[in-house]
Amino acid sequence: MSGSRRILIVSGVLLAIWGMCFGLYYAVFAEHQALDKIGGSLAAGFVSGANGELVEARGSIQNYADTQFDYVRAVDVHSHWIGLAMLLIVFGVTFDRVRFSEQGRKSLAWIMVSGAIIFPLGVILQTFDRGLIPKVVAGIGAVLVTIALAAIAFGFARSERNSWTKELRQ
Amino acid sequence: MSVATMSARRVLIVSGIVFVITGMIFGDVFAVFVLHQNADRIGRSFNDATDAVAARDPQAVNASFQKIGDLLENRGTKVDAHVHLIDFGFLALLLALLQPYVALPESSRRRLAILFAIGAVLLPSAVFAIHYVGLKYSPWSSIGWASILADFGGLLVILACAGMLIGLLRRAGSSDATSDATSDEDQRSFDAGGTSRALLTGGTLLILAGFLHGAYYAAFDLDAHEERDQFALETMINASVAQQNKTPINMHDARSVVEGYGLLQAEKAVNIAAHSHIIEFGLLSILLAFVQGFVSLSESSKRLSVILLLAGSIILPVFVLLELQLGLLAGGIADAGGLLVIVALTMMLFGILRNGRQGERDERL
Repeated sequence: MSGSRRILIVSGVLLAIWGMCFGLYYAVFAEHQALDKIGGSLAAGFVSGANGELVEARGSIQNYADTQFDYVRAVDVHSHWIGLAMLLIVFGVTFDRVRFSEQGRKSLAWIMVSGAIIFPLGVILQTFDRGLIPKVVAGIGAVLVTIALAAIAFGFARSERNSWTKELRQ
Repeated sequence: MSVATMSARRVLIVSGIVFVITGMIFGDVFAVFVLHQNADRIGRSFNDATDAVAARDPQAVNASFQKIGDLLENRGTKVDAHVHLIDFGFLALLLALLQPYVALPESSRRRLAILFAIGAVLLPSAVFAIHYVGLKYSPWSSIGWASILADFGGLLVILACAGMLIGLLRRAGSSDATSDATSDEDQRSFDAGGTSRALLTGGTLLILAGFLHGAYYAAFDLDAHEERDQFALETMINASVAQQNKTPINMHDARSVVEGYGLLQAEKAVNIAAHSHIIEFGLLSILLAFVQGFVSLSESSKRLSVILLLAGSIILPVFVLLELQLGLLAGGIADAGGLLVIVALTMMLFGILRNGRQGERDERL
């Protein structure tokens, strides 16, 4: 197995395990509490409204929005880490078909792996700090994945053009 | 051709494609007959909740949210069944890909593949039933029989995957880990000329498109949608409270906010659906590139199936995204895109089953 394939498959398996562990931790310790809080806060906001308590109602809706913000990102991170891990494994199986030198494929594999780790990391950091830094981290990860995917697609297409040229020559 | 005579790899490929086709048809039926009607009912329940706020009736508020919870469970279990069936299809195709690396006897691998297929059918079927079975005849207060059956299905899938993992580890630990036999088998299934490579390139581009759309949505729309969500709920309550001391009560403003809130949820839903569907179709295309060697169709039919698959994979998510602007027309075109993918998958499935029959005939000769 070539080095670039090994990088993708091993990183993919490790990232999938990490993503599942994160999901398991979240499901056991946070998800049900978050869902209860989302539903409870929403209903409590309307109940406070029915009792004419507008300040409490606004507080409950703020609670709902904050919990929903964290919940959406935690679920996104879980599914993106696992989804990207699956993509790494699938690319790992077929990476020799990407028509670059092995050194080029290794660089590409590292870019893809870095992006697959950094992008969801930036998203989960937003649940701790809603400032600019987590968004920049997620943005860097997204750019790395985008560059790697574009290069991989180019590598596959290049392979196709080469084979068609060979077929025409024959 | 019966399951008993199929190799483990073929069982996984055939069941994987069948799961994806079934999951897509289920998704279409769900979208047409349940999704929109369910959204309307949720909207009506929000109207009931605002009426209850205006009438100073906290009990009616709670009853409305209880109803919304039930409707969300109804929708959630159906979405789960749809997603799990398709994802198990992907997993089956991925396991088929790994079969040459699983160091277990063929009979054991076939048993594991059948175990996986049983679990993969049981889990989504039982999840679908959760909303209807509820807690009937259950000895527990919070978990019903359908949930238990779904968990059992999940356990079968885990056992099958664990078995495959043991085979993979045995292979990794053996001295002939770089055996050429595996590469030969891989080559046979993979070297299918242009169709495999078109699926690889097209699949990667679909994933790239989905990723870029997701990144754009997260960067420019997600925060705004969340702020609008919170603002709409606050306005809903304020508009209802404003009517508490008035006779006659005028709920026009509250109704408008509920309507806007519904449109916002639809906007979020189409963006998420387009993002996830285009990426899933991209992954499906890449996985199908590996099985092209098993597809016994003429070269032109294989090319047609790939063109239909890639065309449908673009049409469905693009027109899901345009549903808010074009309405039912876009929904119809998106369904037609889904149909193209189903036709392409059926053609490939037919080719794979035909290939199996040819193999059996060759063996008999």
